[in-house]
Amino acid sequence: MKTRVQGSGFRFQGWLRVALAPLLALWLAAGAVASAIEPYEFESELQRQRFKALAEELRCTVCQNQSLADSDAPLAQDLRDEVFRMLQGNRSDQEIRNFMVERYGNYVLYRPPVAAHTLLLWGGPIVLLIIGLVAAVIVIRKRRSAL
Amino acid sequence: MSAELGQISLILALVLAALLSVLPMIGAQRNNEALMKLAPSLAIGQFVFLAGAFAALAWAFLQHDFTVTYVAMHSNLLLPWYYRLTAVWGSHEGSLLLWMLLLGGWMLAVAAFSRSVPRIFTARVLSVMGMVSVGFLLFILFTSNPFERILPGPIDGRDLNPLLQDVGMIFHPPLLYMGYVGFAVAFAFAIAGLIGGRVERDWVRWSRPWTLAAWAFLTFGIALGSWWAYYELGWGGWWFWDPVENASFIPWLIGTALIHSQAVTEKRGAFPAWTVLLSIAAFSMSLLGTFLVRSGVLTSVHAFANDPERGLFILAFMAVVTGGALTLYALRAPRIMTGEGFDWISRESALLLNNVFFTVSAAMVLLGTLYPLIIDFMGWGQISVGPPYFGAMFILLMTPVVLLLPLGPFTRWKRDGFMRILQPLAVTAAISIVAALLVCAWLGTWSLRAVSGWIGGFWLIGGALAYAVRTARASRSGLARHQWGMTLAHAGVGVFLIGAAMVEAHTFERDIRIAPGETVEAAGYRFTLHEVAQVKGPNWRADEARFSIHKGEREIARMNPQKRLYHRGGQTMTQVALKPGVFRDLYIAMGEELGASGAWSVRLHIKPFVRWIWGGAVLIGLGGLIAASDRRYRQQRRQRADASLASGAEAPA
Amino acid sequence: MIRMLIPLGVFLALLALLIAGLQTSENRKLVQSPLIGKPMPDFSLPGLYDPESTTSRADLLGEPFILNVWGSWCWACRVEHPFVERLGNEAPIALVGFNWKDEREDALAWIDQFGDAWDRHLVDFEGKVAIDLGVYGAPETFLVDHEGVIRHKHIGPIDANVFQDLMRRAMELKAEAES
Repeated sequence: MKTRVQGSGFRFQGWLRVALAPLLALWLAAGAVASAIEPYEFESELQRQRFKALAEELRCTVCQNQSLADSDAPLAQDLRDEVFRMLQGNRSDQEIRNFMVERYGNYVLYRPPVAAHTLLLWGGPIVLLIIGLVAAVIVIRKRRSAL
Repeated sequence: MSAELGQISLILALVLAALLSVLPMIGAQRNNEALMKLAPSLAIGQFVFLAGAFAALAWAFLQHDFTVTYVAMHSNLLLPWYYRLTAVWGSHEGSLLLWMLLLGGWMLAVAAFSRSVPRIFTARVLSVMGMVSVGFLLFILFTSNPFERILPGPIDGRDLNPLLQDVGMIFHPPLLYMGYVGFAVAFAFAIAGLIGGRVERDWVRWSRPWTLAAWAFLTFGIALGSWWAYYELGWGGWWFWDPVENASFIPWLIGTALIHSQAVTEKRGAFPAWTVLLSIAAFSMSLLGTFLVRSGVLTSVHAFANDPERGLFILAFMAVVTGGALTLYALRAPRIMTGEGFDWISRESALLLNNVFFTVSAAMVLLGTLYPLIIDFMGWGQISVGPPYFGAMFILLMTPVVLLLPLGPFTRWKRDGFMRILQPLAVTAAISIVAALLVCAWLGTWSLRAVSGWIGGFWLIGGALAYAVRTARASRSGLARHQWGMTLAHAGVGVFLIGAAMVEAHTFERDIRIAPGETVEAAGYRFTLHEVAQVKGPNWRADEARFSIHKGEREIARMNPQKRLYHRGGQTMTQVALKPGVFRDLYIAMGEELGASGAWSVRLHIKPFVRWIWGGAVLIGLGGLIAASDRRYRQQRRQRADASLASGAEAPA
Repeated sequence: MIRMLIPLGVFLALLALLIAGLQTSENRKLVQSPLIGKPMPDFSLPGLYDPESTTSRADLLGEPFILNVWGSWCWACRVEHPFVERLGNEAPIALVGFNWKDEREDALAWIDQFGDAWDRHLVDFEGKVAIDLGVYGAPETFLVDHEGVIRHKHIGPIDANVFQDLMRRAMELKAEAES
């Protein structure tokens, strides 16, 4: 077996798991054990940082829960190459993200866009915090009267 | 034979747990001494049988009994004995057995160390824990039995996941589970308190050391998991906001809120209902974590064999435990007294604020973790919620905590003045800002993250020290244990903050191509690859790169990262080489051989202050343990002096 | 009293979400393609037996077809192969093999061993067209209509049920193309 077989095989291991569930206990992302290491030649430090940031924010679709930066799956390698090519082609970060979303959906974004369907996600904690603080004020006012 | 003995042992433990969950409870209701007295003996008996079952499984591993399915799946003839032993909790079934053993251990401890607690109360606590036991034992026996046999057994077993063949994995699950399961004690105290309707302050005081200890273990467990991921996964990250990490972090956040709210309830009688609720929530979140990790409901890098049936069982169990507890809460909580009053500026208010931020943080992590489920449920497609979300939200919610934390211990109970609190800390604040700027100048870093990390870190450490000094001066006997614990834990947060900020702001990371004989310069270090050799281990062989690292003319390290191939499972794995240091780690991971040239792709990391992350976490955990060991929690009667002691340096007004 | 019931309410809502989530957890493991209903992206790929020949999107237009992504390294492709063969024999529309990130020799040897089920072959060694198609693993099976619009995608090996489903959809596409 060649190394690149491993990663792509990872998804079918997902299928195997259905049949052989008990055999694959504690399945830490097998495809990922060897981490993703490629020496890209960047034009600038800025480009290097943009690459890193993008690779960390894009999700590897084959993997269990890993970013492109962390995954050793062959598809992740291809996608990193693609990101690198697009960076060299002077595409913006947003264009690169859109490229991925057009092909794999919002699923690939680890930073979900703020939209109607993510309102609860982004706004929920803020609303909860406000509720919590208001509740605290109410409680303290009540307890003050017991002084 | 050992598997059958283990099975029988487990069934006997279940019988005792069932008796424990019923008899002492009846005894407590009818005030029947004899039935109540049964509780400790049943707890001891249960523990003995659990230990027996655990030993039986360990024995099967040591003896290579491959007719036991679980052994055949997670061990083989080449696996060294120590990993065979730890393979017992290397997967779902055995880890549940470990979980149960630890629960049994906590029950044993409660039975042994509760002499100062009235018998009726201990009886109820142990009985509630017995109910939890019954649930988990049924879970093991019906869905996850580690003692199942395959006949005829294979000649050799498969393999323990190579990632788990590591010293960090020996200790990580036991510590983590100690924490998870330990919250069952706080839970049981709260339920016993609700049933008994006793004065809250008493039972809260009794449960404080248990909660602190459980929380401390959870802290250690999480820190160890983070450390393990850092060096074992080969990515150099220390926290990924993966569902499995969140599953342990949510109970930790709730637990943190709980230990603080317990302080208020015990000292001042305030927020008793809230403390009860948090006690229930902390354990419920542990159960939820178990569900998330073991049901396959979420996609995680670390998942046990996914089995919806198991997931359903845990949910049903949760419905009984948490649903039952919350129903009891709804019925009984209105009767709980409300304690003494307090003013806007008071320790009570400060701790209330702490609780708001920690519970909202826990809710945020829970929301983010489950949001893909919600989206799916609504039919809105698929999304991922990852580190960018959690990181941003967590920093947002924790910044006020960092800013306000040092003020807390200086604040008096009941009523205080803002200026009075701020005054002694003004100097600390000034010093920490100046010191932080000096350090940043010295390190030559002016990134926002690094500067704010240092200021925040020094502010927390300085604030904790200022508190310790003032308290020690004001009191003849010096700092009490719980004050030591608090000081250490709060300073630990500062240490952690510095580490996290520096790593996030200034990690140097480079993927390079290097052939033997070549030297690469990176961030002031020279990495020379001398050769790539073939080495052999007990159950693997590897390509090993031999690096020497120079700084200036001086050789500072030799590092040998490996790329291993495990014989049995055929998995390849990167074994990173680490040169740890107080101020930075050097970290080398091997990638692939690049063609036939003999060159390799290699990833170099230089991680500044990364040890401070775990150092801080260890301080936090130690603080918890030291506080837990304070004798005052075990005193029979509340002493009047307590309240004034705890208000810090202040003499009673 | 009502206030005291809030925690229970929140918990029950959470429980309901988790129970629902558990039912659909298998589906969630698959990444839904955003390309369904969209035109298949343009491409030009070599054949398998004849590496010099190329096939482009335009060559395939006009008739609906099934596109089956496979590789000799893909273990699950062996599992589904009997059904792929049946598709090749029984389906009313063309079955195109999409050999993904494979070595030509390996692929040919594999076909030697397991049989050539496909009417036509495309080879994507680089995996670039696969990215445009949103392929993220093998096997995957696409249904493309006569206008070149991707109408359906199945992720994972084909089994008896999936085979029936694909046959039904293929017939619909065929009928649609003829009407």
